Amino acid sequence: MLALILRRVLWMFPTLWIISIISFALIQLPPGDYLTSYITALEETGETVSLEQVAALRKRYNLDEPFVLQYSKWLNDLLPFGFRRAEDGAYLTVAHEDGRRSINWPWFKWPDLGTSFEWNRPVGELIGERLLLTMTISIFTLLFTWALAIPIGIYSAVRQYSWGDYTFSVLGFIGLATPNFLLALVFMYIGYSVFGVSAGGLFSAAYENAPWSMDRFWDLLAHMWIPVIVIGTSGTAGLIRVMRGNLLDELPKQYVMTARAKGVSPVKLLLKYPVRVALNPLVSTIGWVLPGIVSGSVIVSVVLGLPTVGPLLLRALENQDMYLAGSMVMILSFLTVIGTLISDILLLLLDPRIRYESRSR
Amino acid sequence: MMSAALPAEPVEGLPDSLPDSLPDAAALHTASQWQLMRIKFRKHRLAVWSGWVILALYGVATFCEIVAPYSLDQDHLAYMHAPPQRLRWMGPDGVHLWPFVYGLEGVRHPETLRTIYADDHSRTYPLQLFVRGEPYEFWGLIETDIHLFGVAEGGTLFLLGTDAVGRDMLTRIIYGSRISLTVGLIGVALSFTFGLLIGAVSGYYGGWVDNMIQRLIEVLRSFPSIPLWMALSASLPADWSPLKVYFGITVVLSFLGWTGLARVVRGKILSLREEDYATAALLAGASQGRVMVRHLLPGFASHIIVSLTLTLPNMILGETALSFLGLGLRPPITSWGVLLKEAQNVQAVALQPWLLTPALFVIIAVLAFNFVGDGLRDAADPYSR
Repeated sequence: MLALILRRVLWMFPTLWIISIISFALIQLPPGDYLTSYITALEETGETVSLEQVAALRKRYNLDEPFVLQYSKWLNDLLPFGFRRAEDGAYLTVAHEDGRRSINWPWFKWPDLGTSFEWNRPVGELIGERLLLTMTISIFTLLFTWALAIPIGIYSAVRQYSWGDYTFSVLGFIGLATPNFLLALVFMYIGYSVFGVSAGGLFSAAYENAPWSMDRFWDLLAHMWIPVIVIGTSGTAGLIRVMRGNLLDELPKQYVMTARAKGVSPVKLLLKYPVRVALNPLVSTIGWVLPGIVSGSVIVSVVLGLPTVGPLLLRALENQDMYLAGSMVMILSFLTVIGTLISDILLLLLDPRIRYESRSR
Repeated sequence: MMSAALPAEPVEGLPDSLPDSLPDAAALHTASQWQLMRIKFRKHRLAVWSGWVILALYGVATFCEIVAPYSLDQDHLAYMHAPPQRLRWMGPDGVHLWPFVYGLEGVRHPETLRTIYADDHSRTYPLQLFVRGEPYEFWGLIETDIHLFGVAEGGTLFLLGTDAVGRDMLTRIIYGSRISLTVGLIGVALSFTFGLLIGAVSGYYGGWVDNMIQRLIEVLRSFPSIPLWMALSASLPADWSPLKVYFGITVVLSFLGWTGLARVVRGKILSLREEDYATAALLAGASQGRVMVRHLLPGFASHIIVSLTLTLPNMILGETALSFLGLGLRPPITSWGVLLKEAQNVQAVALQPWLLTPALFVIIAVLAFNFVGDGLRDAADPYSR
């Protein structure tokens, strides 16, 4: 089993490498770059920008280099192991005080996500807390989805074709068909028209910029249920259907009947055997539920104005703030890959069949 | 595949004569795969009804110039943000046999200065079919001014209200359906082409080609779709013509869409090419290409259709989401997403909730596609249960 996990972990690296190429290529796609649009904007307002200034900025951000070089530098900065960028922007050599240059050996360093053009601040600093909030929301959404989907799925399977089953199916389908951002709009509408408050934001005004404390955390929890419900609906609907289908496949099997014949109580039997089997595919679906939740959180955050990466990403993409946008796309995908990995390992632990299969190989 | 080998029996038209509850066993055994699918699909009431809904939606999208009571850019500056008008049967003079609307009258609120609209009970306009209105060119071919329904000159028919410059929402939604529903179709067509080709290559050649393609698919699937779509559509040049943007968005949407299809195709080919009949065909001298198209393809065609039906709603939702964010289609193109973008502002939605009605159409379309896909999925496996 350890070998299997190890292989799975090793596979992650080429995956992440391709993701990094795609992420960087994506943000390079738009014609022009941040500086050209920035300069045009400045000139429109009548300000002049000196050529030297522009040239310095272009060099600082490696804007005139070929794609491969720009990408390599970005990736190098991103990794925790690589060349440390020297003061003068060189990577391979280090200048000494006496004018000599020596080779710059790669070594462990802090990952550097680049600098945002627009905010003129390190990307890491900009997205740190937002990323944390995005992850918190995603994890809570995942838990919410499961907490709702598993019991409902079990109920729907055990009482197949009952009124409850039909009601949940219809609700589930509607949840599946309603775009996340629409639900967010509806929630805001209800909040605004019924309660007269806007449903946006993650904190009360008092805690908006306060340092982290227990009170601020509680405040966060009190505000988080709206985005969690909004993002979770579509995932919940899908999971209910998976859970129901799996359990329906298990229930008519002979081991269930045997256990019943031997006098095991229905509830105990249900929870101990078929539900456990039916849960396995559910765990393996984290792989596709997670990207859905992350993308859902991005768009819902834009609507609800949540301080997560969503609105920042939208802005960065609109302004061609390439290092900010690229790093964010990269990190979101990175987190998704990690999440999928965790779900795969969980599945290995849960399902002996997969373990044995790998051993016999 | 089955029916070809069996002695000829009149199978044509049989499904119609089959009693629903107890299908004649012999007929069921001789029915072709597609006939079995049809029988099974018809039992799924919800799917059949959804199929009709989809047909109706595409019908409206095709003939939107005729169906819409106004033309797309026709603004009524006297009726900005007018609420939906109700079709009425009960008038001051009793029950009408044909629905009518009251005239609309705007009064400015003395304090907020917002225009409040009220029914003018002295004027009634019966709903008319094939009424003359704004002239338009149908498909750019026929010049006419006949609209499917409307009211006589002087009256207004805003069944879903109007927007900020007094354009009829229903008209805009009807025109928007043409864009929103076809974006999905073209996107699916693109995904279909790529998915089929790449999946077939992957499944047929196997080995390292297969391995590479599968890894690539895994990578693409681990991208959260919305950020990826956002980045892709942000890269469409701002000076592109609306038509180019439209096609750009379909390409963006199919960027992830083909992966699901390629997986289905690959899996099916992998299992089917081991079947005896595929080997038999090869031994009988059929070429690789012929075996693929003539013998393997019919085996998984139904699965492809199911997969396509379930991809379409995702594309529609994707377009809506992107346009809503302002990264997708932009006015002057009118799509459901573009319309919803106008409802982004909470205050606006609270005061003019009818701006949210395009959402209803999105939900209906997506639901219908999901139900049909569900029914097809059950039907594609006629031997189950």
